[in-house]
Amino acid sequence: MNGPVSAGRWSRRVLAVHTAFIYLFLWVPIGVLAVFSFNTGRQTAVWRGFTLDWYHRLLANEALLAAVRNSLLVAALTTLLATVIGTLAALALRRPETPGRGGTLALLLLPMVIPEVVLGAALLTLFGALGLRLSLTTVVIAHVVFSVSYVTLVVRARLAGLDPALEEAARDLGAGPFETFRRVTLPLIFPGVAASALLVFTLSIDDYVVTSFVAGVGSTTLPLHVYSMLRVGVTPEVNAVSTLLLAGTIVLIVAAQRLMRVSSSEGDRT
Amino acid sequence: MPLSVEIRRVTKRFSDVAAVNEVSLDIRRGELFALLGPSGCGKTTLLRMVGGLETPSAGTIHIEGIDVTEVPPHLRPAHMVFQQYALFPHLTVADNVAFGLRYKNGGRAGWSTKVKEALDLVRLAGMEKRLPHQLSGGQRQRVALARALVLEPKVLLLDEPLAALDPQLREEVQVELKHLQRTLGISFLFVTHDREEALGMSDRVAVMRHGRVEQVGTPAEIFERPATRFTAEFLGATSFFTAEVASLVDGVATLRLPAGLDLQVPRPDASLRPGDRIDFVVRPEKLRVRVERPAEAEMAVVPVTVEESIYQGMGTTWIVRGPAGERFVAWEQNAASVLDEPSALRPGGAAFLCWHPRHTVVLGGGGDA
Amino acid sequence: MRRRGTWLLLLPTWLVLGMFFLVPLVLTLVLSLRQRGVYGGVAPIPDLGAYVTSGSFLGNYARSFAGIYAGIGWRSLWMAVLTTALTLAIGYPVAYALALRAPRRWKDLLLGLVVVPFWTSFLIRTYAWMFLLRTEGLVNRLLLGTGAVDRPLEILYTELAVMIGLVYGELPFMILPLYASLEKLDRTLLEAAADLGAGRVSSFWRVTVPLTAPGIAAGIVLVFIPSLGQFVVSDLLGGARSMLLGNLIQNQFAVARNQPFGAALAFELMAAVLLLLLAYAFYMKRKGEEVLL
Repeated sequence: MNGPVSAGRWSRRVLAVHTAFIYLFLWVPIGVLAVFSFNTGRQTAVWRGFTLDWYHRLLANEALLAAVRNSLLVAALTTLLATVIGTLAALALRRPETPGRGGTLALLLLPMVIPEVVLGAALLTLFGALGLRLSLTTVVIAHVVFSVSYVTLVVRARLAGLDPALEEAARDLGAGPFETFRRVTLPLIFPGVAASALLVFTLSIDDYVVTSFVAGVGSTTLPLHVYSMLRVGVTPEVNAVSTLLLAGTIVLIVAAQRLMRVSSSEGDRT
Repeated sequence: MPLSVEIRRVTKRFSDVAAVNEVSLDIRRGELFALLGPSGCGKTTLLRMVGGLETPSAGTIHIEGIDVTEVPPHLRPAHMVFQQYALFPHLTVADNVAFGLRYKNGGRAGWSTKVKEALDLVRLAGMEKRLPHQLSGGQRQRVALARALVLEPKVLLLDEPLAALDPQLREEVQVELKHLQRTLGISFLFVTHDREEALGMSDRVAVMRHGRVEQVGTPAEIFERPATRFTAEFLGATSFFTAEVASLVDGVATLRLPAGLDLQVPRPDASLRPGDRIDFVVRPEKLRVRVERPAEAEMAVVPVTVEESIYQGMGTTWIVRGPAGERFVAWEQNAASVLDEPSALRPGGAAFLCWHPRHTVVLGGGGDA
Repeated sequence: MRRRGTWLLLLPTWLVLGMFFLVPLVLTLVLSLRQRGVYGGVAPIPDLGAYVTSGSFLGNYARSFAGIYAGIGWRSLWMAVLTTALTLAIGYPVAYALALRAPRRWKDLLLGLVVVPFWTSFLIRTYAWMFLLRTEGLVNRLLLGTGAVDRPLEILYTELAVMIGLVYGELPFMILPLYASLEKLDRTLLEAAADLGAGRVSSFWRVTVPLTAPGIAAGIVLVFIPSLGQFVVSDLLGGARSMLLGNLIQNQFAVARNQPFGAALAFELMAAVLLLLLAYAFYMKRKGEEVLL
């Protein structure tokens, strides 16, 4: 915008218009979806007035509420397990001399890049071979598998920004390994750990593909339930559920971003 | 006098590279001791071994007469001020200073008094509740000092104590650190790559290179009598001469330069023999460049050609070439304004490089810098 | 100091990923080499020697390269390539504007507006387009209202709808890595290029693009892989004719009950993805860049 490389006025305008258009492209569909969840009419493309009816109906929908409960339970368990496992791994991977470091890094990369269909199919094969009944347990296992890598990724980034001299200073001042972890390392990486927990919660509560393979009768999660509603057709109830899920995700993601930003700017200042 | 730190034949290898190689050093009680050298010379590794943050691959370290080679950092009476201070960003100034007290014997009773005393000592009273990022660079350094000093170490270790400070602050902090060290009477061992810092602050200096100690001495000793070409160059001397020892009579050596000039040098190195080929150095501020051959008979004189003059305000640097094309550098203070007394020397013109023979410093081994 | 215990910290990860990731993949590979039983499930192999020597164990793979399955494979590949190309073409200018042109105080907000869709449920974002594109949807209502068309367009349940849904879904995954590498770009290099006489276009192609190549590579990988294996978008926005590889795999496991064939397809998909990743890793290594994923 300034300096000798300032683009010509015309090309700058084209760029701005294009960017604005893409932002509209990204947000208008979601926005319209949310707006029409408050629409009175059942023929949902015309605005007929404001109502909260559809939300009320959701509250009366037992199957949907059961799915919400399942999803929350799965997400909470997944978050707990994945965050602990992933954080421990991140701590170990920090040391270049840790045995099996390279292999573990590669192993952690794979679940993030492998197509979800493949993961779902493979887990279904395993559970079939083990004779394990598909249930919320199998869903939690599947979710932990694809979440651990994200935790490790975020916490490792946070650890990389941690000055090793801080832990050396703690040791020099008398703190043993556990004390150093509890009083210095953990408080300093905590924003990263919390952010990764929020991300895992989001990933888990939103997942459809992998879950669709490993969920059995009675372990329907919210996305599975929504999907079955969608296949039947477009209804205002679906808009309402979607809007709620969307709002929940936005809150979680904004919170996670805040945490990650706080942590990194703190690191800058010291 | 009893020794504060004794380093005996200490070696530290990282994979195959010896970062510190068979170093032996004694640091006396109450001494401000500098480890000086370029980056990668092993000075920081040596400091970290004294602090216990690295374990030597070979050799021993004693502090106050006790072997601490295998003792963990916090059980040594030596604590560290880190280069970027390593203050805990999530803890207040007071909590930072109190951090190590928890691991000392004796209950919580005395903590607050000790913290207060330590903060008073570094003039930070009233800052207890601040967080590190709310402090200036100088204040952070003082918190780091207080945090180490509150544990009453016998040796304070400082890693590049002035490097993270603004240049304007450095001189002030130098004086403060010296003052603090005198008040406490404990020894300070610090690492620096800055020769001014080492000369200005320390009682003694060890010059390090490639993991070895090149020379140990007072600032004046290493500055005026560098033992090796490396030390001489690191401290800013660039005029090196080669000569042959022609004769040795009554403690006066006659050195013959390749151009056939003879030079009488008092106090020669005891190991010299007639016929030896030796290197010597003369510091730039001891060299003079003159148009006329100087009258004094005892002056050492080499005919040269002026190549370049660099006016630097306080002084002028002269770059000249000797008879065989050798490059010499002389620095002369501009005692009089060059506007009033312009120099008669011109680039390309003939001149004489001269110095008093007692400024001739014969160099020992390790002169392959 | 404390070296001995660190592998213990990795133990849970090894257990979880070994037991529930590596083992399932191996089992799937084995499954892909067998045949479907008469009533679903897996057919027993009466004579292992004959089964191997006759080449029957590759039957599922052979089948996947023939007839309609080959067609589905090629169309999936083509859709993924197209999605990647479109998101790159659309996303690069946005990332550029965000990194180099956006006013500082708006930057966080503008970035956040891309990050949120990045993490938001794919399902809902796909549903949003069902809602817009259907015959009585908002798009058609607008087109009819302005008189641009006199009959509603049939967009939903076509390949066009699938394409829109894919580009919409994957765009944030392209913009973010591009943004990250453009943000790191040293602006004085652009000034230097201008000072040396390069015009805007020339300095863009000769300086900006080469220096952000790692971000472009990461974006391509991040978009191409999910596009190739996805099945939600094609299932919801596409018609019966727009079946893609992902749908085919899902079908074999859920509907057709031919798990061995599904496993073979899954392995082919994974092989394609891993090849791309290997190429990416080699490329980044040669560039001396950290692998962004």
